[in-house]
Amino acid sequence: MGRVVLVTGVARDLGRRFARQIAAAPTVDRVIGVDVQPPRGDLGGVSFVRADIRNPVIAKVIMREQVDTVVHMSVLPSPGASGRTTAKELNVIGTMQLLAACQQSPDLEHFILKSSTAVYGSSNRDPAMFSEGMNAKRVGAVGFVKDVNEVEGYVRGFARRRPDVRTTTLRTAPALGPGLNTPTAAYFRLPVIPTVLGFDPRMQFLNDTDLIDSIEHATLTDIAGTFNIAGDGVMMLSQAIRRLGRPAMPLPGFAVGAFGSAMRQARVADFSREQVAFLAYGRGVETTRMREVLGFHPSRTTEQAFGEFAASLAPGLVSERRVRAAEAALAGALGGNRDRREERPDDLTAELTAANPGSGDHHG
Amino acid sequence: MGDAEIIPIGTRGKPGRGSGSVKPSSSARSLATRQPGAQQARTAPKKPVARRAAPTDTVPVEHTAAPTATTPEAVTIPTPRAPSQAAAIISEPADHRHPTSGIPAVDWLSGFTSAAVEVFGENWEPRLAAFLAFLRRRLTGDYSVDEYGFDAEITQRFFMTAIRPVAEKWFRIEVRGVENIPAAGGALVVSNHSGTVPIDGMMTAISIHDHAHRFLRPLGADLVFKLPIVSEMARKGGVTLACNEDAERMLRGGEIVGVWPEGFKGIGKPYSERYKLQRFGRGGFVSAAIRTGVPIIPTSVVGAEEIYPLVGNIPSLARLLGVPYIPITPFFPLLGPLGLIPLPSKWIIEFGEPIRTDDYDPGAADDPMLVFNVTDQVRETIQQTLYGLLMQRKSVFG
Repeated sequence: MGRVVLVTGVARDLGRRFARQIAAAPTVDRVIGVDVQPPRGDLGGVSFVRADIRNPVIAKVIMREQVDTVVHMSVLPSPGASGRTTAKELNVIGTMQLLAACQQSPDLEHFILKSSTAVYGSSNRDPAMFSEGMNAKRVGAVGFVKDVNEVEGYVRGFARRRPDVRTTTLRTAPALGPGLNTPTAAYFRLPVIPTVLGFDPRMQFLNDTDLIDSIEHATLTDIAGTFNIAGDGVMMLSQAIRRLGRPAMPLPGFAVGAFGSAMRQARVADFSREQVAFLAYGRGVETTRMREVLGFHPSRTTEQAFGEFAASLAPGLVSERRVRAAEAALAGALGGNRDRREERPDDLTAELTAANPGSGDHHG
Repeated sequence: MGDAEIIPIGTRGKPGRGSGSVKPSSSARSLATRQPGAQQARTAPKKPVARRAAPTDTVPVEHTAAPTATTPEAVTIPTPRAPSQAAAIISEPADHRHPTSGIPAVDWLSGFTSAAVEVFGENWEPRLAAFLAFLRRRLTGDYSVDEYGFDAEITQRFFMTAIRPVAEKWFRIEVRGVENIPAAGGALVVSNHSGTVPIDGMMTAISIHDHAHRFLRPLGADLVFKLPIVSEMARKGGVTLACNEDAERMLRGGEIVGVWPEGFKGIGKPYSERYKLQRFGRGGFVSAAIRTGVPIIPTSVVGAEEIYPLVGNIPSLARLLGVPYIPITPFFPLLGPLGLIPLPSKWIIEFGEPIRTDDYDPGAADDPMLVFNVTDQVRETIQQTLYGLLMQRKSVFG
């Protein structure tokens, strides 16, 4: 008999795509998608149950369908246009109710939580790379960071009470992909990107298919524990903005918060006040455990994930094409040799040493 | 008279007070009606050939404009012919459209070429192309940083280039014991800290880069990452937070890590306590070195104490701003920004003989007695070297 998987948060793109993907897995018999809103796209072979996880009805669904695997994907920074209180309600109370229902279920064998690297927070006292054993240096009084920490705390409590259930927590870096609508993507879609004046945070990204693959991997392999999931390497925010070819707008810290609130009110972008700390201090996570213990290898690095996302957007004001054109025009006007420039390798020092002996072969 | 003397020089024979605009300013216009001779003297010599009306006696004005004695004649002689001249003046601006219009393109090109040779050397063409490519890659984000945010390219080409003259010309740094820096693999450079502003860290970094050809990866206090702009530059320059996780991670990665265990106690100590090492923290750097088995290189910096002699502090303001101290030097708030120029003391940086830690077993890092002993050994080595260097130094600015 195959497995019966219950997926929460299927109204969102990532949840829906994951549910469809896991339904195609050979060892999985049935997939039940749960959310308060109907999904926006096609769910394929997934049966959809419109239910609120804050409601005890979820327990009945788990019992009746004899669910053996629960994938909890509805811990989100901001559910739709609703406010902070609703978000907290859905994240924390929803998880409590879901875990209560799971604890009652005798059939349950696996519990997978899709958490976020936001659990580590962002502060000036952060180590360069967070490993799974570390805690946030500063958790705000409210906000998503606090939500995720509470949710993970409840899941750890559940793991203690039900040691027979394999519990896996995946702390995923911000996902980016063409067509994906997350707060991070909305931020980078702004025509002029607000940044915190005088700070240049390090960021890691995860390709959206890698994110879905990692949850599938964790669902189908029998490995318990907490894992950071992120693409290799880091990018600076300034670098990311330059690759988008968009102008950055450095604002003092308090103004970025106000700007973010205004953008949320105007429904242009959804980046909240608590992200200001992230935009100032950034975050990096260590992914050795992901490779060595979980055995998952993302197909894209941070730079590649961001590159694919950037390629899906219309180039900005200072696009690479324009910069290249300006460079060619300048080099042409100033007597630079165009033919040489075409074959130039990227490494500057290599280029210089290669160019030095052969400087006689072009007209000066 | 005075006007007639000054205007030809200041406006270079153009109307409008040299603003480059075609129309003269209101003050210039009023000047023209009051004293047409001045205008005439100014404009006439400019194109003596084209304008047949221009009398030859005004030509000398161009050459003798500066001496006051000759100007009166030059101005007064043409005055009777003012009406015909004024008519010519009105059509004048068409000839003077732009100050650069007279320079032929060939001159521009040769001027540029010589400038390029000056900046990039004989081989300027590929160098210029490489420089443009560098600019393009920076503008389009086509570069990579390591996981600590270290940007080797910008550090080498920008930060290092900027501070090198300071190190070589201003502080005239003498570097000793470079052979003690390993050519490969991890090492922990432990140094004394002084100078009110952590310039000694930058100078140690550039000394290691220029003499041992390695990048120093300094460990900075959390305050560094809280300050705007400083935090941005620090990450790009290779600094990371002074915590055990980062230190051990970097040492395992085979980097040369720099640590200043005295911290703010050392850098913000009064001038009267110069070259007296403060307490060396809790010895966290020693346990990091023992855990990773890298050598500790005791480094002594002489000269940094004198760059900003700290004679006072404003603790209440410092508390208010959340910084460890607000320095008062003999020049700092007194001379304003001028007081920020460091005194040109003579520096000596000596890298001492490495203290090996790979003989200890990894558990030794958790033995407090051993850690204290090694910490003390490092501290004593640096203190003794400092005294030795001070004895050898002829004078502070020598």
